Amino acid sequence: MTENKNTVGRLLPYLLVGIYFGIIFTKSEVISWFRIQEMFRFQAFHMYGIIGSAVVVAALSVQIIKRYKIRSLDGSEIHIPPKELGKGTRYWAGGTIFGLGWALTGACPGPMFALVGYGVPVMLVAIAAAVAGTYTYGVLRPRLPH
Amino acid sequence: MIDFLSQPWPWYVAGPLIGIVVPALFLIGGKQFGLSENLRHVCAMLPGKTDFFNYDWKGGAWNLTLLAGIVIGGWIGATFLANPDPVALSEATKGDLALLGVTRFDGLVPSDLFSWESLASLRGIILVIVGGFLVGFGSRYAGGCTSGHAISGLADLQLPSLIAVIGFFAGGLIATFFLLPIIL
Repeated sequence: MTENKNTVGRLLPYLLVGIYFGIIFTKSEVISWFRIQEMFRFQAFHMYGIIGSAVVVAALSVQIIKRYKIRSLDGSEIHIPPKELGKGTRYWAGGTIFGLGWALTGACPGPMFALVGYGVPVMLVAIAAAVAGTYTYGVLRPRLPH
Repeated sequence: MIDFLSQPWPWYVAGPLIGIVVPALFLIGGKQFGLSENLRHVCAMLPGKTDFFNYDWKGGAWNLTLLAGIVIGGWIGATFLANPDPVALSEATKGDLALLGVTRFDGLVPSDLFSWESLASLRGIILVIVGGFLVGFGSRYAGGCTSGHAISGLADLQLPSLIAVIGFFAGGLIATFFLLPIIL
């Protein structure tokens, strides 16, 4: 029982962060297929402003965390794993495939879930398809260039 | 206040509010922001695993919980903070989409393309099912999505993430300018 309580207590902050995100995603309209179209057609600054300012705020914070070796609340060191470049094939090939899907559905993984809550239940089908896509990648992985 | 909350939030409010979650997750429990990882965790729950899914998904419980919160947040946004007006889309985009045959601009997504009924048409199947599949396949192949590469990765000045983001745009432009005119 106590273990259960601990688990709930441990996960609660993440639930709250998720709720916070869902509200921001909805209110800033980044979950809108229209907004994604507007972005890929370079017809408004909205999405670029959101992604750009999010990156700037996150980058400054990450630099501060690294420079001052700030620890997480439980006292452990914060480890930010670097991404392995390798030949780089997976990044441009996987990225391009992802981009095709992003423009078609008008939603990346987070917004798909926000849209379900927002009231576009057909996005559950897109999520199931995304799980199938991830599964297919897992199966084909040994045969794909990375 | 309620007025402000029910209006769409401008980029300079929403962007920083999203960005601050990256350090928040590091501080809460040393976690790195990346949402497509959850799709892999769901695969790891399924029976009949290949090596890639052969791990204990419970290590990702925090991220799946966050995702559940996003659903709730979307519902709160729609129920209590809803904006009664259509998306304030640029006129140029409206014009372009109208030429492609999009007629409904009232919701956050075009209701004639994203509904249960739309799944009965080829274009609905391509937008929802093929699009979803490519998002899932591509994000895992690239090792991250908009959150993991465009936000977390670029914030840590990772070259692989920059390559992935350029890929996101290459794919998005191909779909927007070559595929959508055929599909819609």
